[in-house]
Amino acid sequence: MTLTTKLLGSRAVAAMTSPHGVDRYLEMFNPMWVVTEVRARVVDIQRENPAAQGSAPVATITLQPTSTWRGHRAGQYVQVGVELPGSARRMTRCFSISSAASLPGERITLTIRANDEGQVSKFLVNEAKVGQMLHLSQADGDFTIHESAATPTANHLVMISGGSGITPVMSQIRTLLRDGYDGRANRKVTFIHFARSPEDQIFADELAAIAEGDNHIDVHLRYGDATFSEFELRRLIPDFRNTDTWACGPGGLIELVKEAYGDSPRLRVEFFKPPAVSLGSAEGSVSFTRAGASAENTGASLLEQAEALGLKPEFGCRMGICFSCVKTKTDGTVRNILTGEESSLPDEEVRLCVSAPVGDCSVDL
Amino acid sequence: MTITDIPTQAQKTAQKTTKKKATVAASDPKNPNLTPEQLEEFGTELDALRQRVLGKLGKDDADYIRMIVKRQQQFEIAGRALFYLPPAWPLAVAALSVSKILENMEIGHNVMHGQYDWMGDPKLNSRIYDWDTMAPGENWKYGHNYIHHTYTNILGKDRDIGYGILRMDEDQKWRPYYLGNPLYAFLLMMLFEEGVAVHDLEVDRILSGERTWEETKKVGKPIVKKVGKQVFKDYLLFPALTGPLFLSTLTGNAVANVVRNIWTFNIIFCGHFPAGVATFTEEECENESRGHWYYRQLLGSANITGSKLFHIMSGNLSHQIEHHLFPDIPARRYPELSVEVRALCEKYGIEYNTGGLGKQLFSVAKKIVKLSFPTPKRTPAPAPAAASDDVVAA
Repeated sequence: MTLTTKLLGSRAVAAMTSPHGVDRYLEMFNPMWVVTEVRARVVDIQRENPAAQGSAPVATITLQPTSTWRGHRAGQYVQVGVELPGSARRMTRCFSISSAASLPGERITLTIRANDEGQVSKFLVNEAKVGQMLHLSQADGDFTIHESAATPTANHLVMISGGSGITPVMSQIRTLLRDGYDGRANRKVTFIHFARSPEDQIFADELAAIAEGDNHIDVHLRYGDATFSEFELRRLIPDFRNTDTWACGPGGLIELVKEAYGDSPRLRVEFFKPPAVSLGSAEGSVSFTRAGASAENTGASLLEQAEALGLKPEFGCRMGICFSCVKTKTDGTVRNILTGEESSLPDEEVRLCVSAPVGDCSVDL
Repeated sequence: MTITDIPTQAQKTAQKTTKKKATVAASDPKNPNLTPEQLEEFGTELDALRQRVLGKLGKDDADYIRMIVKRQQQFEIAGRALFYLPPAWPLAVAALSVSKILENMEIGHNVMHGQYDWMGDPKLNSRIYDWDTMAPGENWKYGHNYIHHTYTNILGKDRDIGYGILRMDEDQKWRPYYLGNPLYAFLLMMLFEEGVAVHDLEVDRILSGERTWEETKKVGKPIVKKVGKQVFKDYLLFPALTGPLFLSTLTGNAVANVVRNIWTFNIIFCGHFPAGVATFTEEECENESRGHWYYRQLLGSANITGSKLFHIMSGNLSHQIEHHLFPDIPARRYPELSVEVRALCEKYGIEYNTGGLGKQLFSVAKKIVKLSFPTPKRTPAPAPAAASDDVVAA
């Protein structure tokens, strides 16, 4: 840490620049100068599946984070915030980091599929240009491996991924390889990946090179109708339930993997949120995850339903003006009681008093 | 009657209600008691207006608030820097005053109302932002966004009627203490920042024993912390940074704070206290409809006319009526909203209280002086039979 950053990060400077903070002054000169915030500049964009017909484009985006980036462990994700062109609303989404574990300030890559319904991913893959600034969070998540090249163990590692779920697994494998996980260490990694088609396979060349390499990493690629089966897994790894396993992919794949592993504590999973379905009426159930309470959706406001369950969330005006009851809706669709507007964004801040759930809904309360 | 107070209190308020209803009906033909149906229709029209503007929010609003923040930061830098040039002292004070006024009103007040939460920018989020004044954001949001904006001008509920120290409504019972009304108002103006900071302590309720020590400690702690922070910045750190000019910078910062105090006090007092602004009783507002809520916000607020710059410098609180109808809509939309709100007022025959700064200030000053003396008991006009029935039924 240089003297300048130490000085700029001091309490005295924080006091001098309150209430906006020093970053709001520094950005008047250069958006990469920050003391607390994390931002990143797009330095490269590479299309990963140019040959794919009929499936969504995928691109790997290289980011140069600001000096505030604390680095990441393989398998972690980062929140990316961006204001889409013509809109002033910052949209924030989570993406797994696909590059090997990074140190503070080091470059990272995100490999993103431009889903039809994903506004942020579509923008990043199709429209973002080199030089574009993004807002970042620090890396988070515990879908990480503890193996290190520094202390060789004989543990067998299993990675199972589907579709875009390959990104955190790629980060893990790249980290292992970079840090000296080679044939001489005699540590076995089994990597099973499910993709729609060979044309749609991202990282295809790199995966082929890994499969060829002298590294004890077995790569099994399955395409099209070849879904996950416990039978096949058992054939590859007879004692899979007692083997450290990481699985990441769509909900369907993860359900099958979980079934196969039963209650084995060796399995770590990460899955994409299934898209929320708007039923248009008071159906489904509402759960308040922190309190561990849930009930059938009555169609009333989230605040009233929480109170009916005996919870006591903070509230004020109860009519949408004071913002005392803002909480994070983690999943599902809510309808704004005042406007009738429906919203299905994951991890969205809502005012409990004027938000009524439509179908299943979870709130971090 | 669904009043849960002790009987004497209930009788007193019931009397007050009768009197109030009679006054509004008899002496103020501009503010008719709308029928429930009319109120509902009125509310629906305002809801529709709100939807139209919410639908338009976007880049213009985001660019605007970011532009204001940038300008304010430039004034801040200029103000702080000019203190190093002793002959530029008046300029430094002026720049710093402008910065503080912009920050407190167009930025702080409005951001902390949640007007820009939709942008998803944590730096402009009501839960995170804490303004450049001694009042801690958390306390202020409770007392202002919740209590004042929900119970606007309901006597006994809205603590912004006289702020617990002034007599600003005839229905506040006169006591000899109120002879000092003009003096208290003047002191509040000069020390407005400190006044707002301790407002949520509800000192009058501590003295009367209604508030427990525990409650006071909970509210008081953040105040002590925030006041310390502000004092450190304006009266120690920045003066010290100018070395031998310590005293001149300290004085300059103090003057800028007072200039801001005087300005905000005057804008805010013109928003709720000019003649013609109505107050309400708790009974009138029991089980209130959305239409009546709008109606009460409208009658409980007053606007100030002026230039575009004047509106920016007052955080658009010169459109207090629109602010109270739509407290979570970005304030820069109030001028365009005011045209339609005014048209609606004409349609329903409701008075739209507005006037130049001079006129509204004079009206407020007159009220402060007049109410320092006992006001003659208004002879309760014979209340219409229907109205009294209402009271009993309420």
